[in-house]
Amino acid sequence: MIRALVPLALAVCLAPCMADDISVLRAVGGGAQGAAKARAARDSLVDGGAKNLIPILTAFKGSSTLATNWLRSAFEAIADAEQKAGKSLPKSELLKFVADTTQSPEARRLAYEWLLKRRPELADELIPGMLLDPSPDFRRDAVARLIIEAKAAGGNSAVDVWKKALRGAVHEDQVKEIAKALRDSEVEVNLQKHFGFLSSWKIAGPFDNRDEAGFAAVYAPEKKLDLEASYEGSEGEVKWQPVASDDDYGVVDIAEALSNYKGSLMYATTTYNSSKAQDLEVRLGTPNAWKLWVNGKLVFQREEYHRGTRMDQYKVPVSLQAGANIILLKVCQNEQTQPWAQKYQFQLRVCDSTGSGVAPSARAVSLSQKGASK
Amino acid sequence: MTRLSALLTTFVVVFFNTADGGDWRQFRGNAANSVATGEKLPTELSGGSVAWKVELPGRGLSGPIAVGEQILVTASSGYTQERLHVMSFDAETGEQQWERQFKATGRTGCHEKMCVATPTPASDGERVFAFYSSNDLICTDLAGNLQWYRGLGEEFPNASNSLGMSSSPIVVEGTVVAQVESDAEAFAIGVDAETGETKWRIERPRKANWTSPAVLPAEGKRPAMVLLQSSAGLSAVDPESGKVVWEFGDGASTIPSASVVNGKIYIPSHGLTSVRLTPKGGPEEIWNASNLAPATSSPVILDGMTFTVNSAGALSAGDAESGKRLWQLRLKGPFSGTPLASNGHLFFFNERGLAFVVKPSREEGVIISELDLGETILCSPAASNNALYIRSDGHLWKFADRF
Repeated sequence: MIRALVPLALAVCLAPCMADDISVLRAVGGGAQGAAKARAARDSLVDGGAKNLIPILTAFKGSSTLATNWLRSAFEAIADAEQKAGKSLPKSELLKFVADTTQSPEARRLAYEWLLKRRPELADELIPGMLLDPSPDFRRDAVARLIIEAKAAGGNSAVDVWKKALRGAVHEDQVKEIAKALRDSEVEVNLQKHFGFLSSWKIAGPFDNRDEAGFAAVYAPEKKLDLEASYEGSEGEVKWQPVASDDDYGVVDIAEALSNYKGSLMYATTTYNSSKAQDLEVRLGTPNAWKLWVNGKLVFQREEYHRGTRMDQYKVPVSLQAGANIILLKVCQNEQTQPWAQKYQFQLRVCDSTGSGVAPSARAVSLSQKGASK
Repeated sequence: MTRLSALLTTFVVVFFNTADGGDWRQFRGNAANSVATGEKLPTELSGGSVAWKVELPGRGLSGPIAVGEQILVTASSGYTQERLHVMSFDAETGEQQWERQFKATGRTGCHEKMCVATPTPASDGERVFAFYSSNDLICTDLAGNLQWYRGLGEEFPNASNSLGMSSSPIVVEGTVVAQVESDAEAFAIGVDAETGETKWRIERPRKANWTSPAVLPAEGKRPAMVLLQSSAGLSAVDPESGKVVWEFGDGASTIPSASVVNGKIYIPSHGLTSVRLTPKGGPEEIWNASNLAPATSSPVILDGMTFTVNSAGALSAGDAESGKRLWQLRLKGPFSGTPLASNGHLFFFNERGLAFVVKPSREEGVIISELDLGETILCSPAASNNALYIRSDGHLWKFADRF
């Protein structure tokens, strides 16, 4: 009798146990918090075999990157063991998961790549339909196919293919290649808009940053943002002045637009009008030290000079409010004399987590809004 | 001293002085000095000396390590280099035993020559500690099962370098030591190898630093120490507590790392500086040689000679006792990795993928064989069980004499 009840008890326990194990993995924290429990939970999930694959993948959504790495390790251990044992993975369930764009992009990609090991032809079936997928990896694959197609077509017949490819492209290298092909065919391409670069700014400075002391100093624009105000700068009175970038990648070149004031800093501000309250990313590239405020809140600061610059060098998650959002950037130049240490510039865009530019709402917003910084 | 502690001390001294025929558990070997003793490596490199060659799924400046019959390698891939790989290969056959992938929690941008998988992993013989430019420190067991995960890039988001981080961790007596040093934030951390929890964290000079920790083995009653190099000099740190025991404050390079052989420390400082410990336990300079300055590769000491490669690709041999330069040999550079020394030979791999073996004496250095691998090589090689291992962005090679 007792022996007969064991399978029943196991079956009753199965779902809650599996959910508990997944919860343990999702709860890991910094400093290796929860690692011992996570090891046990992972082992338990692995012991459960292939039936746990979909629940593990589903748990990616809303989990921290740290937690998804634990979930990923459990998934890979199960999938690896199944394949080495000559068993096949649950294809139809995994395919269904890959197709579900509401799920985590990383989890969908993980499922896809394991399916691909046994069915390479799957790429031909799925990728062409993933041009606008939430996963940048799937998009990249879809765009790569269109680039090949456009090159093969050649001439004017390729233009529509290039245009289609541009709609899905989020990575700089692909966008560059596509934009060049389109421009060679005399098709206008607005890369600033495509990437979501903010190109119109107001700048005040220079303020003193000799001996790099200005990074920590709190000058007037940090205390109260007033675009009508004038300040005592390091070279005399300064006022906010408009600076616009016509660079494809939104680079605002302070050294060129104003001057490469050595040992100085500038404040730059603009307004991003959001159609709704939403979590997005501000992505910044600069070789200079910087501080960034959004709606008066310091969201990140970094004191590093001349270690290179590139698009999306820094990714800063931000919570935007509906309507006007005031962005204030402090950009610091030091006194290095080497030729490679003379850049004084920044580029800043607003995008989602996949890197797709999110254009500001069309509603006009005044730049004269005051009191944005506290 | 009890018999047990005497035995342990003897073990530590032997383990850290050289990599004795077998494992190669971390950057520049078990002793972090690029010397492999007890190995008979193939000195006539040719196509025939390639025992196997396997494909890798991503880029890497990280070198391979060897634990038992396993060769472990890291890689990074993806457009933004966010995908982190740890792989194990059968040393005999080259067959991949397992692979685990993770997503970086820290910054992955770096100079185009570097990649996220730049630091070489380390092992304590039971676990693998994979470290990346993103400051992800990942521990798996030797079967690939995740043991703990430290997202140091997430925990300390300003401790990054826009050019990339390269310092490789080491393991000393149960502590994984990593240097995470940049212009914006800099620290060294000692992590419990078993639990992943922080044993200690100390502030370090806030300046970009690409050097890796070295080991000063235990000697007599003095326990083993970790040597942390920076632009300020060299700090000897107790691996258990993180306490700084002594400091050499005369400045040092931020790219090539110090090497320790027979209790003497060879520091890339004002050229090359040899240091020993006084009876009171502090550092004492023996000699300094400005004409033995290393560029990117770390100094190697073999058979009483120092070997350094300058930025022009010239190999300089020096007398390890006096610092006197003995000879120079023009090599085809440039080099990113550090050569491996074993059984009277030096094994070089330049950035263009040219491998060559140099037979040094006190009078001269002679190139005795060359092999063009045809791929960019930026890592340092490993030696284990009479075989030599090297990796490119695309492949992992094993070189061994055929019997």
